[in-house]
Amino acid sequence: MTVSIQLEVNGKPVQAAVEPRRLLVHFLREDLGLTGANIGCETSLCGACTVLVDGNAVKSCTMLAAQADGASVTTIEGLARNGELHPLQEGFWEKHGLQCGYCTPGMILSANYLLAQNPSPNDEEIREGLKGNICRCTGYHNIVEAVKYAAERMS
Amino acid sequence: MYPAQFDYRRAGSVTEALSLLQENEDAKLMAGGHSLIPMMKLRLAQPPVVIDIGRLDELKGISEAGGSVRVGSLTTHADIAASDVLAAHCPVLAEAAGHIGDAQVRNRGTIGGNIAHADPGSDIPPVLVLLGASVHLQSPSGTRSVAAGDFFQDLLMTDVGEDEILTHVEAPALGAGTGAAYLKFEHPASGYAVVGAAASVTVQNGRCTGAGLVVGGVSATPTAVDVSSLVGTDLSDDAIAAAASGLDAEDPIGDIFASGDYRVHVGKVYGKRALAAARDRA
Repeated sequence: MTVSIQLEVNGKPVQAAVEPRRLLVHFLREDLGLTGANIGCETSLCGACTVLVDGNAVKSCTMLAAQADGASVTTIEGLARNGELHPLQEGFWEKHGLQCGYCTPGMILSANYLLAQNPSPNDEEIREGLKGNICRCTGYHNIVEAVKYAAERMS
Repeated sequence: MYPAQFDYRRAGSVTEALSLLQENEDAKLMAGGHSLIPMMKLRLAQPPVVIDIGRLDELKGISEAGGSVRVGSLTTHADIAASDVLAAHCPVLAEAAGHIGDAQVRNRGTIGGNIAHADPGSDIPPVLVLLGASVHLQSPSGTRSVAAGDFFQDLLMTDVGEDEILTHVEAPALGAGTGAAYLKFEHPASGYAVVGAAASVTVQNGRCTGAGLVVGGVSATPTAVDVSSLVGTDLSDDAIAAAASGLDAEDPIGDIFASGDYRVHVGKVYGKRALAAARDRA
């Protein structure tokens, strides 16, 4: 069977028929070509697949595309505006918040959710907010700096 | 990693979900999917039909009335952790929900899905048992409630019948003079509790008049510890340590990360700390 879904992805309406078992991350990557959400652990632990669903950070490897019917989804591809990087993207660049970059889209969307809840988090709150995102390169220090940079720019 | 194929049905009401359950043998209910989807990806669960109840607003929300709090089964951990009603009337439940997984997991996972899954490393079950909460179930033949202490039957097994939906949980609000705390020794990778200790104490005129301690992660179901020796004491550190050392598990669970003996040991330590934290809040 297939399920008809209608949703908004990065501000654009999307209509599709998906298999019930289609995971949101596969729908985004393979059906829509939005490969920013990465597939890491596939067990809801690493956070590389994090996207925003109706403004909430979620792990798109643990959500059916069918569950996203009617929702508004934001991926890393939807953050820049008119060619201008989002302050979080700029912060990760300026503060060397990434090395290999695999975790970065998920990190940035989790940080985006964190800053929406708490516009000026301290270091501890940033680390707690990003607990669901694993980075194996940076040691996290510069990621925290990048989020602080963005928080200042966005205030 | 894909789940095996299944048919998807979305329920528009509890009544519709109940009839879909009756019509489809071996169907599974899906709330946030944060226990079921991982099980399905690992093929530990292969339901032929999934009934999505995630949109049933009638099962969402937190309220307080007549000295007890009510939490709808589809309420997310994030909403429980941030609830003003729980902060005022039952903060230990919000505290435990805030310890679950991470922000993304708390945004999707629900209290009903969590307790229906009944993972021994889950944070909510020991708190519900400590509080003397009741779990409310609905079937085509009516509604019933079961005490949290009886609800958890074994590893991943609960009292939910095949034709039933978990609608909400109710817990007594914490009264004046009562403090409660949930402390967790967390598995660093999975975020589940290796051991989680939920404790409460009631103090009147400097003397303990009631105490409770329930430890999760040590056995297949939450383990209640008899801490009645604390009643009448001034809750000294020594009295608390002696009470918490009463934790006993007939058949403790062990895995590659923590043996059964180790879990019992850590359970005593965290039980002691949780009782002390509860005392300091009473």
